[in-house]
Amino acid sequence: MKSEKKILAAPYAVWAAIFIIVPLCMILYYGLTDKNGVFTLENILAIAAPGHARALRRSIMLSLISTIICFLLAYPLAMILSEKKKNNSSFIILIFILPMWMNFLLRTLAWQTLLEKTGVINSVLAFLGLPALRIINTSHAIVLGMVYNFLPFMVLPLYNALSKIDENVIHAAKDLGANSIQTFFRIILPLSVPGIISGITMVFVPALTTFVISTLLGGSKVLLIGNVIEQEFTQASNWHLGSGLSIVLMIFILINMVVTALFEKEES
Amino acid sequence: MQKELIRLEHISKSFDGQMVLDDLELHIHENEFVTLLGPSGCGKTTTLRILGGFVQPDTGRVIFDNQDITKTPPNKRQLNTVFQKYALFTHMTIADNIAFGLKIKNKSKSYIDDKINYALKLVNLEGYGRRMPDSLSGGQQQRIAIARAIVNEPKVLLLDEPLGALDLKLRQEMQYELIRMKNELGITFVYVTHDQEEALTMSDTIVVMNQGYIQQIGSPESIYNEPENAFVADFIGDSNIIAATMIEDKCVEILGTRFACVDTGFGKNKPVDVVIRPEDVELVEPEKGTITGVVSHLIFKGVHYEMEVMANGFEWLVHSTVLSPVGKEVGLRVDPFNIQIMNKPESEDEEAVALEI
Repeated sequence: MKSEKKILAAPYAVWAAIFIIVPLCMILYYGLTDKNGVFTLENILAIAAPGHARALRRSIMLSLISTIICFLLAYPLAMILSEKKKNNSSFIILIFILPMWMNFLLRTLAWQTLLEKTGVINSVLAFLGLPALRIINTSHAIVLGMVYNFLPFMVLPLYNALSKIDENVIHAAKDLGANSIQTFFRIILPLSVPGIISGITMVFVPALTTFVISTLLGGSKVLLIGNVIEQEFTQASNWHLGSGLSIVLMIFILINMVVTALFEKEES
Repeated sequence: MQKELIRLEHISKSFDGQMVLDDLELHIHENEFVTLLGPSGCGKTTTLRILGGFVQPDTGRVIFDNQDITKTPPNKRQLNTVFQKYALFTHMTIADNIAFGLKIKNKSKSYIDDKINYALKLVNLEGYGRRMPDSLSGGQQQRIAIARAIVNEPKVLLLDEPLGALDLKLRQEMQYELIRMKNELGITFVYVTHDQEEALTMSDTIVVMNQGYIQQIGSPESIYNEPENAFVADFIGDSNIIAATMIEDKCVEILGTRFACVDTGFGKNKPVDVVIRPEDVELVEPEKGTITGVVSHLIFKGVHYEMEVMANGFEWLVHSTVLSPVGKEVGLRVDPFNIQIMNKPESEDEEAVALEI
């Protein structure tokens, strides 16, 4: 019986082997060798080079800021949604995730059009006689793009966690004398930690690795670690260095996941 | 009678145009064990939530200790609730759960520790303070929910079907536990349940509710022995409810046969309902019975046999420790004081209620 079920997993296992395991092995191979195929740690240590380190620092910084903004925007919204009756909230959630069904590139390109020097926003400002904003090709534009694209990934897990909290648990806190603020910090917030953790992971990891948002909204002026890796592969054709930097990034993501997993374990 | 503690005055409440409580009046006294009993949707839980402050009544006032608390939020009320599915804080230890209310009130650490120990002892769960709620059984979690409420020394403990999720054996044990706790604490319990046996076992006063109205208020004995209408009679235990005519004082005609009874003051030739409990119907030799019939069904129930006897066109429910096989002709006899006479429902509304049963 058990082995029969395992057979059903075979198509995916083949898929995973070809498109996940093999590429990972290749990245490991390229990252740990030089052009002559000799083992080296140079590609990994290259992260310490001033340009690379700066890009990584900037990536972490902007991803952190975006994650915090997403959290602050999403938590109140998720709270309101979870308190509403199911019928109403599903409509609001639909509106909210509607943009997610549109192509990611398309959405980011749309922001480019909006933010350009002669773009929609500046045209409107000029029409109103206000000074033009210089947003495109700055870190602000990148953060804006990250928040816009990844916000739904924060809202949904938070909404999930909050709507699972039994209404009577909140009633019980009030019944025992807690006011609304005490109830929030002592009951609601701690009980929603699993949602907070998965929301943070789902925003922080893609934000850390993105190169599309920074390319389209940051121009060539604000380089993230994703851009550096992309350029090594496409322009410099240095797969060894690109793979080495990828490994470093993966290590950062793994650290993030381990930390959050530890958090979760402590909670339960 | 003890001093009055809670008074509900003209309470009405509707949800989405559906009337849940209609002009409810209820008085609860100090140190009383009051049970709100009724089928689901009768308004008993809404009444409890109005007491707890989680639901605002549309009209009417809640008076607590001579003060109007209708608009007071739950966290400012001197009563605590034990919720149906425990509603423990799953991210805290048992000790932290119990301490929650006291920490909010900024009590000293030694006071809180004393209280935790006292409460755990009261609910027979000493040494469980460091455990997490998930590691406890349902019955244990319910005890913790009670402990968490009573450490705050409320004047009234509200209990919303607290035993509903437990199995039969545990439920019976917890009934005795609750009575013991109430006697030890000396506070008022307001208890909501749909289980008539629970209500009969524990209460000083039972409030039978249906469709937003109070059907009868009384001691367990009076509710069981002298139900005021067909709904109460049927809801509390098994019963034979039969349309009859009160011929004169102390004489009622049931299914064409006259029975002696003890009730007076209904008038002459007045249509009434009679209630006869199945254990009050005696099976005797055919010639000794007031009426005769034939046993049509027989089920063994453990303590007694449950039989149905077809007599005068009505299937009488009879409980007896003596077996009478199906098909046997028997006589039925009822002692006069075991025949409970009730007025017919007056309005069509009440009639509908009676028919729905």
